[in-house]
Amino acid sequence: MTTIAATTAAPARRRKLVGAGRRQWIGLLYVAPAVALVTVFFIIPLGMTAWMSLHNWPLMGAHSFIGLDNYWAILRDNRFWNALRFTGYYTVIVTIAIFAVAFPLALFIERPRQLTGFYRTSFFMPAVVGFASASLLWSWLLNVDSGLFSPAAFQLGLTEKKVNLLATFQPAFWSIIAMVVWKVAGFTMIILMTGLQSIPSDLQEAAMIDGAGPFARFRAITLPLMRRTLALALILSVAGSVLAFDQFYIILRGGPRNQTMTAVYWIFNQSFVSFKLGYGAALSMILLVILVALSLVQLWLLRKPEGVD
Amino acid sequence: MAQARSRSSRIWLGFAEHATGIIASLLFLAPIVWTVLSAFKPAGEARLPPLPPWPTTGFSVENYATLNTFGDGLWLPAQNSLYVSLMTVVLSVIVGVLAGYGFSRFRFPCKDLLFVVILSTIMIPFQSILTPIFLVLTKIGLHNTLTGLVCVYVTLQLPFSIFMMRNAFDAVPREIEEAARMDGANNVTMLLKVMLPLVWPGIVTIALFAFLGAWNEFLAALVLMTDQSKFTLPIMMTALQSGRFGAIDWGAVQAGVTVMMVPCLILFLLLQRFYIRGLMAGAIK
Repeated sequence: MTTIAATTAAPARRRKLVGAGRRQWIGLLYVAPAVALVTVFFIIPLGMTAWMSLHNWPLMGAHSFIGLDNYWAILRDNRFWNALRFTGYYTVIVTIAIFAVAFPLALFIERPRQLTGFYRTSFFMPAVVGFASASLLWSWLLNVDSGLFSPAAFQLGLTEKKVNLLATFQPAFWSIIAMVVWKVAGFTMIILMTGLQSIPSDLQEAAMIDGAGPFARFRAITLPLMRRTLALALILSVAGSVLAFDQFYIILRGGPRNQTMTAVYWIFNQSFVSFKLGYGAALSMILLVILVALSLVQLWLLRKPEGVD
Repeated sequence: MAQARSRSSRIWLGFAEHATGIIASLLFLAPIVWTVLSAFKPAGEARLPPLPPWPTTGFSVENYATLNTFGDGLWLPAQNSLYVSLMTVVLSVIVGVLAGYGFSRFRFPCKDLLFVVILSTIMIPFQSILTPIFLVLTKIGLHNTLTGLVCVYVTLQLPFSIFMMRNAFDAVPREIEEAARMDGANNVTMLLKVMLPLVWPGIVTIALFAFLGAWNEFLAALVLMTDQSKFTLPIMMTALQSGRFGAIDWGAVQAGVTVMMVPCLILFLLLQRFYIRGLMAGAIK
């Protein structure tokens, strides 16, 4: 009796297990296209970058293994270090400028009042326009003859003649900062707004009843409770700026006198203008390490507060 | 007396706030409005500084006609951009929905590892792997094709698409699925008939981000599309603005920038809440 029961029960149980197992394996089928794409267009290229960085790899002809020579060459590549220094300088300035505009905007639109929806949408509009479109647009506005700023300043009598804003470093650099702030501030504003809205309003009210002024409340409640949002907005801004390319390529072509060459721009030049693919790959590895380091800082900054889940 | 004063000061404060808001809004909208209006000036007027921004000697679409005479014209790159963006949308949605469903509802070997690997590609800048992508595309015969560019864009969208869709599927209660399974639904009908109607806001969000991402992308298109007939709008317009087709015609640049901006603005205005949803999802993570 027991043996019969066991033999009849076993196949049924096995079939159920197999069925469940098969159903679970189908999951792999669902994710297969994504895995294939990421493998072919991301993981393999990533491995190839590392591999190529150890080679002398011209566009045409055979490549040869040269060990770490590309990396030694980078150490002596002053123009790369200049580009990296400029990228760092740009990143610091533009991030400060974006926050200086986006934070007041976020505080302004966070409180519901009439027209808030209109304000929010207006501030955000430039953020959905691409960097290339925005750069083309501003390259026109900044043009000395057919643009807006120089002729307007001249006609208003602010300058004695039309000034070419893109001819020297300082005005060119600050023009780019203005353009990027115009384009990105609305985006940062929305991120900061989500942080502001997550602060319980009874906290603010309690502080107000206790007699805390707006600045005290901002420092003691708003800033600490927004730590993770601030960190996110900061990292997005920093990572985006370190990889800046479009605006410097389209508006300034790296000029005047190559002074606004960013890291990505230099890699682009080495890889796709000079066709030193191996050297470009080694430069890319440096950039990659910098970005991964930034991501790790991000994960640390975004960690959940201790004791709170 | 005191009450009246506080009321008048409140009105005054409200006025100051709205004045600030409107001036700031105008500052943000001005460059866009300026370009769209200036593009309608006659060609002769377009060379002069845009003061005032609107056409003073008559409304004209000459700039669009001029733009169409450069290189391969306006229509071909516009078509290329549209094709690349729509294909990126379609494939991102298909691949994202399938993978989101797979990661949300099944257990299989290496599941967590695969999910983490796909998501962590967001940490690595694609700018640093463009050369090998170029070589891979050459190897598989997609070099200098719009399809190749689409593959790259879909891959770049994947971390966001999959993250969004997995969360969307996670939010669907298991009971709904079990009830459908009782009624004899298999995996495919389950996904198409039961799940899709419940996760469509997520799908709109990833479609919107895929479109904007592909439509606006510059560097990868610049590097990978070397044949002029494959140029997307940003590449074609940059070539024009750099004087590659002779003297720079700023009227044509304004017209081109308008063509590049308007689809993004319309989509955003129509689908604003889905856009903000996507941002929030990223921000709250």
